[in-house]
Amino acid sequence: MLAFLVRRVLQAAGVFLAVGIIAFTMFRFVGDPVNQIVSIDTPYAERLAVRQSLGLDDPVPVQILRYLGRALGGDFGISYQFRQPVSALFAERLPATLELALCATVFALGLGVLFGVVSALRRGTALASALNALSLVGISLPTFLIGILLIYVFSETFRLLPSFGRGDVVRVGGWTTGFLTPSGLKALVLPSITLGLFQLTLVMRLVRAEMLEVLRTDYIRFARARGLRSRTIHFRHALKNTLIPVITIAGLQLGSLIAFAIITETVFQWPGMGALFLQAVQNVDIPIMAAYLLLVAGIFVVINLTVDILYTVVDPRLHVAGATGG
Amino acid sequence: MTTPVLSVQDLTVEFVTRRATLRALDRVSFEIGPGEVLGVVGESGAGKSVTGAAVIGLVDPPGRIAGGEVRLSGERIDNLPAEQLRRVRGKRIGMIFQDPLTSLNPLFRIGDQLVETITTHTDLSASAARQRALALLTEVGISAPERRIDSYPHQFSGGMRQRVVIALALCAEPELVIADEPTTALDVSVQAQIITVLKRLCRDHGTAVMLVTHDMGVIGETADRVAVMYAGRVIEVGAVTDVVRHPLHPYAQGLMGAIPTLADTAERLASIPGSMPRLSAIPPGCPFNPRCPYAYAPCTTIRPELKPPGLRAPAVPGRKVACHLYDPALAPEAAAA
Ligand SMILES: Nc1ncnc2c1ncn2[C@@H]1O[C@H](COP(=O)(O)OP(=O)(O)OP(=O)(O)O)[C@@H](O)[C@H]1O
Ligand SMILES: [Mg+2]
Repeated sequence: MLAFLVRRVLQAAGVFLAVGIIAFTMFRFVGDPVNQIVSIDTPYAERLAVRQSLGLDDPVPVQILRYLGRALGGDFGISYQFRQPVSALFAERLPATLELALCATVFALGLGVLFGVVSALRRGTALASALNALSLVGISLPTFLIGILLIYVFSETFRLLPSFGRGDVVRVGGWTTGFLTPSGLKALVLPSITLGLFQLTLVMRLVRAEMLEVLRTDYIRFARARGLRSRTIHFRHALKNTLIPVITIAGLQLGSLIAFAIITETVFQWPGMGALFLQAVQNVDIPIMAAYLLLVAGIFVVINLTVDILYTVVDPRLHVAGATGG
Repeated sequence: MTTPVLSVQDLTVEFVTRRATLRALDRVSFEIGPGEVLGVVGESGAGKSVTGAAVIGLVDPPGRIAGGEVRLSGERIDNLPAEQLRRVRGKRIGMIFQDPLTSLNPLFRIGDQLVETITTHTDLSASAARQRALALLTEVGISAPERRIDSYPHQFSGGMRQRVVIALALCAEPELVIADEPTTALDVSVQAQIITVLKRLCRDHGTAVMLVTHDMGVIGETADRVAVMYAGRVIEVGAVTDVVRHPLHPYAQGLMGAIPTLADTAERLASIPGSMPRLSAIPPGCPFNPRCPYAYAPCTTIRPELKPPGLRAPAVPGRKVACHLYDPALAPEAAAA
């Protein structure tokens, strides 16, 4: 287990180094940062001074190391647009995105697993067909359209739920949460559904396919021959065996929910990372883009590690030694 | 006569496919007495596994029981509602499948699988069930069960896993155990041990056994009676000594002849030419007639019924054969007379 962890940490370091270099390269090649900082009529000498003060005259490897070293310490530079440290901007925006991603994941996983199991067990019934139709909609409709449709129905027509923003948030330490106020919770509903629907259909299809596979196995047949109740067979024996691929997908999906909440955040004017990133792209705010890249890489590394650990929790074959003969 | 533990009458199982309805079992009849071991033999595809599945009500769609009845200790079970049939499975009929490597759920400790089965079928508390599980593991020959009960299936060898499967099949003291080729997937070296364990346990508990196997040696040593199946029908049944040593049906003769260790006369057919018909092309009359060296006119038109021989063989109680050669009304000499 220790060797495994060490190996994973080394891998993670490798990933960070690679992403860091890419992020840094963006600084150099997407445009001259000096142009972003100074105004058009700044004299040449002043520009040179800015260059020097930013360390842009140093050799490239030195710059890379300096950037990565600072990034390790949580310093991602100063945003060109906001003239604020990127880390402070992130700290302000991250809770909104993480809470949204969490709700979307719970929504997608909970209903995805349930619907997947039901559509596998009730194969051929009207219910299963309805669920399959739903999954087709979820897979084929683009996210922004789903968001707009939901807003149209639930905000405009029935006026049940807000169509933008986070509602009232409560500050707990450095974290702002929408979980503690009714308006905050209400505000989470539509964006979470919008963000999670695609993942829900993915999870549902995966669970359905795995479930159908598992239900054909000998141990399920034997469990039935032992006279176990259907509920035990389906939700204990079969479902647990479908979990391994589901964990993999769910992990990766959570990562992409956080990383690619951009569209949903835009549709719902959600004050999160996605919106910040979009703004950064529009204004060539490279420090934010680069830091965002590193953050996303970090999230994926952490999630992958968690997934690997969960594997061994679910599947004893991965952590308990095999047959002892005779 | 005492009530048989299992009585199967005219059991018919069909698989409904888009193109045709295939009859996998065609009026199968046999009985198993209390504590008796019935060996079921026949070549691959004869319908042995389907018979076992139909008895415990586990024929998967598109298959269905199309006729006949199954009685357990006199009580009809083939038409029970699903929930009541479930209570019969595992409690009154234990099942052992061919492959111990895949019969156990890999993600659950064997102790948990035993305990859940025991608590499903008895009123025992979880801790009492665990005690019972330990006792069962000892009974099936797993030493130091306290150390093994919390292991996962992959920590056991194939033979040990099959012992666990036997413990699972027997954990609610069933009246009948259906063992479908319980040793086929195992190493030759452990096959005999498993059969011994199964035999001893069923004898100790007075459990009747339906033992499906290809191994005539096992049949000879273990079974009290034998049923020979061919193309979804029972074509001969009788005491093991009679059927193995003096098979009546030409197919049974060929089958027994294929076992050199038991062959004591040289005249037996060494092998049967041809192969068993596919379910979609079972010939009319006797399904064996295209391969039968003795076939004559009625064999291709009239289906032989399973009944005591009236010709050419002494009438021994319990012995039945489905062949016109032994039917006084249809045998060649009757036609000649
Ligand atoms: N799901 C199914 N659909 C269609 N036909 C089936 C199905 N299951 C079994 N059969 C058919 O039923 C017949 C009997 O099969 P069965 O498995 O009982 O044979 P068996 O005697 O157990 O053979 P083996 O010795 O190979 O185990 C075969 O012809 C098989 O093709
Ligand atoms: Mg079989």
